[in-house]
Amino acid sequence: MDITPYMPAWLFEHGAGFLIAVPLILAAITAILPNRKLAWWSTTAMTVILVIVAVALAQYEQINGLDIYRMGGWNPPYGISLVVDALSAPILVLIAGMAVMTMLYAMPATVAEVEPKKRAPYYAAFLLCMAGLMGMVITGDAFNVFVFLEVSSISTYVLVAMGASRDRRALVAAYNYLILGSIGATFFVIGIGFLYMETGTLNMADMARILTEMDGGSRVSMVAFAFIIVGLGLKLAMFPLHTWLPGAYAYAPTQVTAFLASTATKAALYLLFRFTFFVFNPEFDYVAATLTYLIVGLGVVGMIFASAQAIFQTDIRRAMAFSSVAQVGYMLLGLGIATTASVAAGYLHLINHAVIKGGLFLAVGAIWYRYGITRSVDFRGLSKTMPWTMGAFTLCGFSLIGVPFTAGFVSKVALADAAAEQGYWWAVGFIMLSSILAIFYVGRVLMIAYFQDPPIVDGKTVAKNEAPLMMLIPMWILALTSIAIGMNIFGASDIIVGASERAAEVLLSAGG
Amino acid sequence: MLADIFQQYNYAIVIILMMTGLYTVFSSRNLIKKLVGLSIFQTSVFLLYITIGKVANGQPPILEQAPGGGHGEDHAYTTKVIETVQVAAAGGGDFLTDIPYSNPLPHVLILTAIVVGVATLAIGLSLVVRIREVYQTIEEDRIDALDYAFNLEGTDTPKKAGAKA
Repeated sequence: MDITPYMPAWLFEHGAGFLIAVPLILAAITAILPNRKLAWWSTTAMTVILVIVAVALAQYEQINGLDIYRMGGWNPPYGISLVVDALSAPILVLIAGMAVMTMLYAMPATVAEVEPKKRAPYYAAFLLCMAGLMGMVITGDAFNVFVFLEVSSISTYVLVAMGASRDRRALVAAYNYLILGSIGATFFVIGIGFLYMETGTLNMADMARILTEMDGGSRVSMVAFAFIIVGLGLKLAMFPLHTWLPGAYAYAPTQVTAFLASTATKAALYLLFRFTFFVFNPEFDYVAATLTYLIVGLGVVGMIFASAQAIFQTDIRRAMAFSSVAQVGYMLLGLGIATTASVAAGYLHLINHAVIKGGLFLAVGAIWYRYGITRSVDFRGLSKTMPWTMGAFTLCGFSLIGVPFTAGFVSKVALADAAAEQGYWWAVGFIMLSSILAIFYVGRVLMIAYFQDPPIVDGKTVAKNEAPLMMLIPMWILALTSIAIGMNIFGASDIIVGASERAAEVLLSAGG
Repeated sequence: MLADIFQQYNYAIVIILMMTGLYTVFSSRNLIKKLVGLSIFQTSVFLLYITIGKVANGQPPILEQAPGGGHGEDHAYTTKVIETVQVAAAGGGDFLTDIPYSNPLPHVLILTAIVVGVATLAIGLSLVVRIREVYQTIEEDRIDALDYAFNLEGTDTPKKAGAKA
C-alpha cells in the first residue's frame, strides 16, 4: 500500500530532519512531565507518528530515488546531510516499528518494573535512545554518526540501569556496558579522525569518492579501517567483543531488552555495512582481506561458540542474549562473503532477526511479568497456564531455529545459497550446525513448557493466568510477521527480500 | 628515528596517554579508577584530533578586518569572503596561501566529543554511586563475590535495589 499521496508535501522536504529533531525535543519535555500516564501517551503517539513518517520516506525513496536533506541549508560536503537511501530506509522503518511495538508492551510492563517517579525520565531516555539510533542510520556525516552513537548509547546505559528495581545486577551490567561501549565509541572516533586526516572531509559519500581516487589510500586509512571495525565490533557484539551483551540484556527492563535486541546492535551492524562497502570498498586489498579472514572467521566462530554457550545458560534471557551474538554471526558471514546475494542475505537476516528476537524477548518478559520466573526449568506447564504467550514464543522460537515457513528459514536459506555459490561449503555446514544447536536451547524450553505439568503450589495447581492484552498484541504482531515473511502472505517476503536486494545493490555499486 | 619521534612528540604523548588509560581500565578492579582510566583514554583522543588540526606556525583562522555596520554590509562581506575562499581553493588567489592557518574543524569536533565524554563520565559516576548504595562497595571482586551464588544459579531477583546489604 502506497501511503505517500496522503502525506503533506512538507514531509518529503523536511521528513528526514523531523525524524531526529522532534523526538529529541519531546524527550526534553517528557523528562519533566509530572504525569506519568501522559508521558506514556505522548511517547507512544510520537513513535506512531515516526513510523508513519519513516514508512512514507521509505516509499518516497523507493519511488523517487534517494533523498538528501541539507541540515540548515548548507550544501554537502561542508554541511551535514541526512540521507534516506535504499540502505537506510528499511532500518528506519524497523527502528520506528519496534519502538511502537515495545511502547505498547511497556504500558503494563513498565508499571511493574520501573518505580513511579522514574517513569517519565524512563520514557524520555527511551525517546533519546530512539532518536540516537535514527540519527546513526540516517546521517551522511561520519562525525555525526559518532555523536548519535553516543546519544543512543548514553541513554541505553541509563535504561539498562533502570532494571535495578527488579534485579540489582542491572547496575553492574550497565556499568560494564558503559566501560566497553565508551571504549568502542572512542575507537570509532579515532578511526574517523584518521579518515579525516587522509581525506580532509567528513561527508561519507565524499570520503568514499576521495578514497576511491586514492585507490584505498595510504597506511593511515588502513589504520582508520582497523579502528572503525574494532569500535563498531564492540557496539554490535561481534563474537569476542560481546561480553557486555548478556548481562545488559538479561537484567534490563523487559521493554528495553526487546528494543535493544532488535534495534541497537542492528543499527551498529548497519554502520558496519555502510563503512565496509560504502565508505571503504571491498576492492581495496586490506578491506577484502579483513572481510575474508576476519569477518567471515569471527562470524562463523561466533555462530558456533555463542550457540553452544546459550545451551548452558539456566536463565532464559541470558540464553536468548547469547543466541543474539550467534545470530550476529550470520549477518557478519553474509557481510564477509561480499557478493550481492550474500550481502542481501545478511541484510535480510538483520531485519528478520530483529522481528524474531523482539517477539521472543517480549514473550519471555510477559512470562516474568505474570510468574516472576526467568529460569528455563521453571517454565513447567506454561503451555497450559499461558497458552497465548507460549504460542508466540513457539512461533518465534521456530523462526529462530529456521523451521520452514518462518522468517528465519527464508534468510538462512538465502545465506546458505549465497555462501555455497562462492564455494564456502564449510560455512553452509556451520550454518546448519548452529541451527541444530538452536534446536537444543529453544527446544529444551519448549519441551519443559509443553510436556511437563504446571507446578503445584500449596496443594493447588497453578491457575491459568494469561498475559495482559497490551503485551499479547505486539508479541503476536511480531510472531505473525515472522510467519507472514516465511509464507509470503500479503507479499511480506517479496517486500523485505526486495528491500534487502536493493540495499545490497546500493552497497556493491557504491565503489564501482 | 629518534629525531622523528621528537619532532612529532604530540603523537608520542597521545600514544602514551592512550595506553595508560586503556591499561588502567583493564587492570584496575576499582570502579572509580576504571572511570579515571576511561577519561584519560578519551582525553588522548581529544589531543590526537587537536594535533591533526594544528599547522606549524599556524594562525588562528580569524579574519583581521572586522565587518562594519548593519546587516546588508554583513551579507555582502560574507559573500565576498566565500568568493575569495573559493578562488583560493581553486589555486587562483593568495588569500589563504600566504598565511598558514590552523584547521578549526577538528577543534570544533572535539568540543562535541568533550561534551559526550563529560556525559559518559557523569553517567558512570552516578552508576557507581548507585552500586555503592546497593552493594556497599566499589571493588569489583567484592561485587562478584556478593553476586556469585546468583550468577551461578542464573536465577533472578537476588535482592531489590536500595535494600541495604
